[in-house]
Formats: sequence, C-alpha cells, structure tokens
Amino acid sequence: MNPRTSMMQGNIAVAEGAIAAGCRFFAGYPITPSTEIAEHLARSLPLLGGRFMQMEDEIAAMGAVIGASLGGMKSMTATSGPGFSLKQENIGYASITETPVVIVNVMRGGPSTGIPTLPSQGDVMQARWGTHGDHPIIVLTPAGVREAFDMTVQAFNFSERFRVPVILLLDEIIGHVHEKVTLPDPEDLVVIDRKKPTVPPEEYLPFEIDETMVPAMANFGEGYRYHVTGLVHDQTGFPTMDEVKIEMMLNRLHGKLDKYADEIIQVEETGTEDAEIGIICYGSSARSARQAMRELRDEGIPVGMLRIKTMWPFPTDRIRAFADRVSHLVVPELNLGQIAHEVEHASCDRAEVVRVNRITGDPIHPEEIVQKIKECR
Amino acid sequence: MSFRYEIRLSGAGGQGLILIGKIIAEAAAIYEDKNATQSQSYGPEARGGASRSEVIISDSDIDYPKATNIDLLLAMTQEAADKYSNEIKPGGTIVMDSGFVHEAPEGDFKSHGFPITNIAEEQIGKKIVANLVALGIITELSGIISDDAVINAIRARVPKGTEEMNINAFRAGQNLIRSS
Repeated sequence: MNPRTSMMQGNIAVAEGAIAAGCRFFAGYPITPSTEIAEHLARSLPLLGGRFMQMEDEIAAMGAVIGASLGGMKSMTATSGPGFSLKQENIGYASITETPVVIVNVMRGGPSTGIPTLPSQGDVMQARWGTHGDHPIIVLTPAGVREAFDMTVQAFNFSERFRVPVILLLDEIIGHVHEKVTLPDPEDLVVIDRKKPTVPPEEYLPFEIDETMVPAMANFGEGYRYHVTGLVHDQTGFPTMDEVKIEMMLNRLHGKLDKYADEIIQVEETGTEDAEIGIICYGSSARSARQAMRELRDEGIPVGMLRIKTMWPFPTDRIRAFADRVSHLVVPELNLGQIAHEVEHASCDRAEVVRVNRITGDPIHPEEIVQKIKECR
Repeated sequence: MSFRYEIRLSGAGGQGLILIGKIIAEAAAIYEDKNATQSQSYGPEARGGASRSEVIISDSDIDYPKATNIDLLLAMTQEAADKYSNEIKPGGTIVMDSGFVHEAPEGDFKSHGFPITNIAEEQIGKKIVANLVALGIITELSGIISDDAVINAIRARVPKGTEEMNINAFRAGQNLIRSS
C-alpha cells in the first residue's frame, strides 16, 4: 500500500493542499461545515514553523491573512456562508491591494444562518460579486477529494502568480465526504512563489505597470517601504485622483486576468464529442451528473458533460462552443439557477438551457437529471 | 455492470454511526483493494437529533457518494427505521436495535432485530460500544469485507487503549449472527 494513500475528507485535503503549497499562516473562526480545515491546520502549522490564529470573528480573520501575506507568508482562511458574507469587505481590499490570499468557502444552505449542516451551492454569485466595485477574482470549484487537494495548491499558485485573492468554493458534500485518495509526492508538485523586486529599494515601484501586468511584490520587513491602501493608487502605491492614472491602474487590475485567461480558465469535458444533449455542472452536482450520464449512455442516449473547474472568470467561450453542438444544456445546481443564468448568456439561444434545482439540503439525485434529459428528447 | 454496495447507518447523534462508517470504508478501501466513500448527514445539534452515515463500496469509481438503493440499513432508533426502510432495495437487509425499534417496519427485505445496546452493556460492560456490536453484525451479514480488514481498521480508528474492548464488541456482534 502506498503510504500516501488514505481515506481522506475533502476539508482535510484542502488543509493538506495548503501545506503542500507552502501556506504557513491560517487565521479563521470556526464554522460548520468548514471547521475541519481550521482544526487540521491548528495541529499541523505549528509543527511546520507556521502560525494558526483563531480570531474574534471572520472579518478580523480576513484582515489577518492579508497582513500575513504582505509580511511574506502564504496565507489562507476558511469559512462558510455567514462568515463569507463578513469577509467580503476585506476581500475587496485584497483585490485592490493585489495581496495574494486564499479564501475557502465550504457552502451550506442559506441565506443567513440557513441550514448549517447541509449542502448548497448558493454562494457561486457571491463569490464573484460579494464585494463591491468592479474587481478581479479567481474562483475554483473542486468535485472530489483529490481535486480539493490539487485545486488548493493551484489556488495558491494563482494567487501568488497573479497577485489576486483566490476563492476555493466547496460544497458540504465535497468538504465532508471521505474518499480513497493517493496524494502526489511533494517533489512532483509545481509550487509558485510571488515575483520579488530585482531593483534596490529606492527604485522600487510597488504597483509598476509592465508587460507582465503583475508587479513584483516586496515583503514587509525586507527593506522595501511602500504604501498599501484601499484607495485607488498610482504606481507608487499612494492615492491618486488623476483620471489617467486611475484608468491605467484599474485597466491593469482587470487586464492581468484577461491576459492569462487561457491558463486560468479550466473545464473538464467528458463525452462532448458525440453528445446530442449536454450537461453543465460543478462541485457535488457534477457527481450526480456523471452518474446520470453513465446510466443514460448505457441506454444509448448520447449525453456529454462539461464540468466547470474555474467558476470565475466564467468559461463562457467553452460553454458557447458546446452549446453549438447540442440541442439542450441541462444545468443541475444546489441553488435556484445562479449558474444556469450565466449558461443562458453563454449559450445565446444556440441550445435550450434546462434547469435542475434543489435548495432543501438534499443532493441532486442522479435520477432527477436522467428524467430531465429524457424529457428533452 | 460494476459492483456497488450501499450501507446506511442511521440513528441518533452520539451513537457512533459516523465512526463505524469510517471503519467500514477504510476496511474496504485501505485494508482491502476496493473503492469506498463515506459521507454523513446530521442536524445542527451537538448531541441527539437524527444522524446518519453512508458508505458506498464499489470495485470501480464512485460518482454519486450517497445511497440511492440501500443494500443494508442499520436503524438504531424507531425514527430511523420508519424513515428509511422504504429506501432498502428489494431483497436487501435491515438491522435494528430492538431495544429502540419496537415496531419493525415491513417490506421486501430481510429483517434482523437484536437488543444491540443491551448486548453491549451486558457483554462488554459499556453501552457506548453498541456501534461496534452493530459493526460485527453488519460485517457478518454483508459478507463484503473480511474480518481482518475490519479489525485493522478498528485498531487504526478507535482511541488508544480501547482497541481490545472495541474488538470484543465487534466479535460479540459477529457471534450473534454466527450462532443464530
């Protein structure tokens, strides 16, 4: 038996992925169904020379991870719906200050305290637009335990490389399910660290605009002094009211994700080549969809599925190309159709979008998808 | 068609159903070469309230990790027996703690009632190992995982120093089936 094989829970895989990616600081406030992430890191980080802080609330926890990241530590927090709401203001701060941080949201039933112990996918729009103002954000959504590990590593890599907050969206099922996994050898992992300045401190422009679109980041305490503010700032980091500088700064903030969109946006296509009906899915609903697809294919019904791995930026082009080839796109979600709306936009009437929704805390039964697809024919 | 075996362990919070779910899944996936998932569903209460744990065992990838067509249902309360017996597949099995389930549900399944919690108290001296007695019954009735695999998984999962007590409880459960 491979010593790296075990029965592991999704939340623990996230914690292990964070450690493997080099995360050495976690601040949080426990909340079901994300608490195992904090518990695991509370035990593990001190043994690795890292720090775990339980803060007074989720707002402070989000502030703490931003501060730790500016000080040079790869940092993460984890929460669920109510805590995710509280973190939003500081997520905007991380976005405009281009501070690499990873925020895990293990989704439970909402709104408000909602259904604390049961699964939901109700925060997919909040993950995109929870904080105010036009802002860049990357959101990744795993559908299994091994992928929860891999995507956590990737979330850190994206956040470090593009200096952007990255949100890892799990639902309760993926967070709590135990599966047999074999984790990769740490030596085989690609781990990316933020780009450091190569100029002396007096020549350092902390928000310099160059062809990479991502400025070099000096860690506090390394001799580089610079200003960090939530106000719109110029290349020096100080606030500006100059409309040319405002435009340059905001264009770069958004443009950096556009420039690397091909690397960031990931989907998994299965059986899409010969499909007559398509499924667009993500997270635990993709598990229901895959089983439904298997049953339908056994009956000779050519169904294909496109699983969203990068939720935001949204894989509009890939979904549009799939919509061109099928009559219907069926979208199962544990919400009232948040992503179905985006799929309709992507599809542009090329395929009819059909919703399968559930908000009662039960997962979507594969048979519900099977029936809906049969009705499409 | 690939092999898929679904177990639902249902009762109240605090009866150790999630623990034995993890043991069954580890026995199958780690100590034997099968695939398994274990998931759970419980209420917001710290103790009490309905609790259930589900294990899917298969020889191939498991997509949907929840039970849809139950091969074996463990019901440790009347509420659990009433609520879930209609999800047992035809010819499946129900195991009940007859100390709590006074009205056995009827249906197209094999029915096994034992005073599981009382047996734990009388034979092992502790009610809290009722879950391990149930695990012994399930292992024996399902026939899908070996004794050795389950015992290895028990040793790995239960608190240090309690291994023998838990294994004795597991044996007591097995003996209920072997001697009946």
